[in-house]
Amino acid sequence: MSIELYEIEQHMARFEPFSRLPAPLLQAVANAVEISYFKAGEQILTRDQPLEHVCYIRSGAVELYQRDGTTLFNRLGEGDLFGYTDLARKRAVRYPVTAIEDSLIYYIDAATFEQVADECEEFAEFVDVSGRLKHVFEQQRQSSPLLSTKARQLVQMKPLLATASMSLSEAASMMQEQHVTCVLVTEPCDSTLPLAFLDDEDHPVMLVGIVTDRDMCTRVVAEAISPQASLREIMTSRRIITTQASDSAYEAMLKMLDERIQHLPILNGKRPIGVLQLADLLRFETSNNLFLINTILRQPSTEGLVRLSQDVRRDFVSMVEQQSGSDMISRALSLTGRAFVHRLCELAEEQFGPPPVPYAMMVLGSMAREEVTITSDQDNALIIADSYQESLHGDYFKQLAEFVTDHMAECGYAYCSGEIMASNAKWRQPLSVWRHYFSDWIATPTPEHLLESSIFFDLACAHGEESFVQELRELIAQQASSNPRFLAAMARNANNRTPPLGFFRTFVMEQDGAERRSINLKRRGTAPLSDVIRVHALACGSTQQSTLGRLDDIAHTQLVTAEMIKRLRYAFEYLSTLRINHQAAAISQGEAPDNSVEPDTFSRSERHHLREAFETLRDAQKFLGFRYPLKGNRERHS
Amino acid sequence: MKRVRQHKTPSWSDYLTARIAQCQHPRIASLLSQLPDPATPLAETPMVAMDFETTGLDANHNDIISIGLVPFSLDRIQPAAGNYWLLAPPSGLKRSSVTFHRITHSELEDAPDLALVLDDILNALTGRLVVVHYRQLERSFLHNAVRDRLGEQLLFPMLDTMSIEAHLHRQSWWARLRRWSGRPATSIRLHESRQRYHLPPYTGHHAYVDALATAELLQAQIRYHFSPELPCGELWR
Repeated sequence: MSIELYEIEQHMARFEPFSRLPAPLLQAVANAVEISYFKAGEQILTRDQPLEHVCYIRSGAVELYQRDGTTLFNRLGEGDLFGYTDLARKRAVRYPVTAIEDSLIYYIDAATFEQVADECEEFAEFVDVSGRLKHVFEQQRQSSPLLSTKARQLVQMKPLLATASMSLSEAASMMQEQHVTCVLVTEPCDSTLPLAFLDDEDHPVMLVGIVTDRDMCTRVVAEAISPQASLREIMTSRRIITTQASDSAYEAMLKMLDERIQHLPILNGKRPIGVLQLADLLRFETSNNLFLINTILRQPSTEGLVRLSQDVRRDFVSMVEQQSGSDMISRALSLTGRAFVHRLCELAEEQFGPPPVPYAMMVLGSMAREEVTITSDQDNALIIADSYQESLHGDYFKQLAEFVTDHMAECGYAYCSGEIMASNAKWRQPLSVWRHYFSDWIATPTPEHLLESSIFFDLACAHGEESFVQELRELIAQQASSNPRFLAAMARNANNRTPPLGFFRTFVMEQDGAERRSINLKRRGTAPLSDVIRVHALACGSTQQSTLGRLDDIAHTQLVTAEMIKRLRYAFEYLSTLRINHQAAAISQGEAPDNSVEPDTFSRSERHHLREAFETLRDAQKFLGFRYPLKGNRERHS
Repeated sequence: MKRVRQHKTPSWSDYLTARIAQCQHPRIASLLSQLPDPATPLAETPMVAMDFETTGLDANHNDIISIGLVPFSLDRIQPAAGNYWLLAPPSGLKRSSVTFHRITHSELEDAPDLALVLDDILNALTGRLVVVHYRQLERSFLHNAVRDRLGEQLLFPMLDTMSIEAHLHRQSWWARLRRWSGRPATSIRLHESRQRYHLPPYTGHHAYVDALATAELLQAQIRYHFSPELPCGELWR
């Protein structure tokens, strides 16, 4: 007699933490499994019910609620575990769990679960609360449903493709027939073009535009364009923004909000497989800050924006509680900040009239790197078209800049202490002056000079002419990589702030006002890490702005070893996560969030990880000085 | 809550009373006498899902080659407490059925005759309501196997997940309308039935896996269509 538990075992082997188990232990777990089916809406665990099992989702999806039973704590799907933290704590259910889809649940009894954890350290690390840090990133990716949901899973319908020569009336009736709100416009092309794909009749075509039902209304009806005109005449002609089927739903949503579009074609390679609608997505997930970004972008008044800024902190804390990854949280906070800048520019244009010449409002530093935390201040600047004439347009842009920076301050983004803001006339200049600024910084880089300006090497457009910002980025990428003196100066700059490690791997603490022995995670950790990585990025001509994105670009070169890239990534993610968690905890306790943590309050393993992260920074800084030497000054600085 | 219409067949209780009285073999007698009481609510009925793989569909000419059993209740399925047997078919294995089950001659070479494991099988069934998907097959094959080896009749009520699906999807006025309009009847095969309850797909045609799949299907059917308080005798056939 042999029992075939293959189905159960094979499934569990695909998911953390069971994927870490050797075969005999996995078999032991499979042997302990008991199964129950729950219909959507049924409660699986009720609060304070004694818990003797860990639950594994074989299929379906569940929601965990907070103690009050009404606030959503987490959503889990296939392959996720729940109940194990309660089991470790006191064996009574803390978070009630309800099936939100028809679900098949595997129960694993406490004794087996604990025994397996005892025998397999890697498994224990994953499930043990105190040992969770090492795998904190993988776990975050698993537990956030928006991150684990792929864009392709949200596709409801095949995309409607139409050739650009089709008449509007024909396209409209096709859209109505197929109940879709947009049509993807294609143009026949050469099959060798990079964006070419084969349509349903196997003809090579490429995506050239998109026409929505809204375009039909506003353009065709309001502008009285003939229904016999072709799609080509009304389609949105700017570059088409798309997303890949394998991107996360979250990524897709951020993209739509960032680009301010309602429809996003999803591609599998080059071929469109569907279209996401922002409205659908926001219905899918209203409890996160994408909703906030969307509301900011539609806010009719500055008072409304100031009111909304109250929600930023609340959403931040809830994202941390839902264990979204630190990169996602920073990205969301950055886009939130950019949404404020963007909307304020629009409101300023409403108040002072349309701009007399084109301009771009750019954000700098952490907001450009998409690494904003809840304590970040504002750094911004204005690039104005070269047709700018101070005597004619000066007042307009001064008013606009002050309007934006003052209201940003009201919305919780403190004035930049270094005056790096568009309200400062020095940073409100025509494009040609900006080109001159950057060329100058790169050609004659005194370290003192760069101390002030290094923040300008992280830049992104929040409103207006994106091409202005793009031009400066390309100028930097070209000129910086070929200028060793500049790189050396940037490297020296990056090595100014050292990690807080003593000779015997002890922490060097600072005494702050309240006499706490603390370490500033930003000043001694994430900021110098970003600085170090920026130097390598400039050296390899990368136009990426985020620290992790830059690491990806650097990984494609020989500048830094693969091992070092891995360590840098880990250190940066670890310190960012720690910083974000620290700030969220402060807010939850009604304290002012800051960047200072007290290692004395950490567990052994936390201290170990912290030390490891700082050692990575120290090693990276040493290498930087060696890789980009400051010629002539070597003795002085070696 | 839907109630399944009672069939106007001779009552099981009269038949069983008579059979227990005549029965010679103690194992069969104890199985029949320990069947759950028809008044037991589904929520409290001990059950066992059973599936056979056979060399063909005719119980008079074909043999059982594997048996899967999974004990369960409305609350919990216990996969590890289940059983799986490979059996040597007395009439040999036909090539056509090999492709179907992926059970090969060499795997059956060392397999015992059903007579050697019959006691274990009957033990596993005793005290539980047997749940199958398509009772005609399991019932007739089990009946013939016991008749050939012990010289006893073995007929008892079973819960049939396929007949529940048939009732829901084939006999309702909606299903008739659908058939009348020329659209294909809803499939009531195990895999397709499970899909309607969003149960995951399994590798089919393995007696143990299909028994597990049947147990899960019954849990889902009851959650969807019946009260846990419904007496099990109302659903058995």
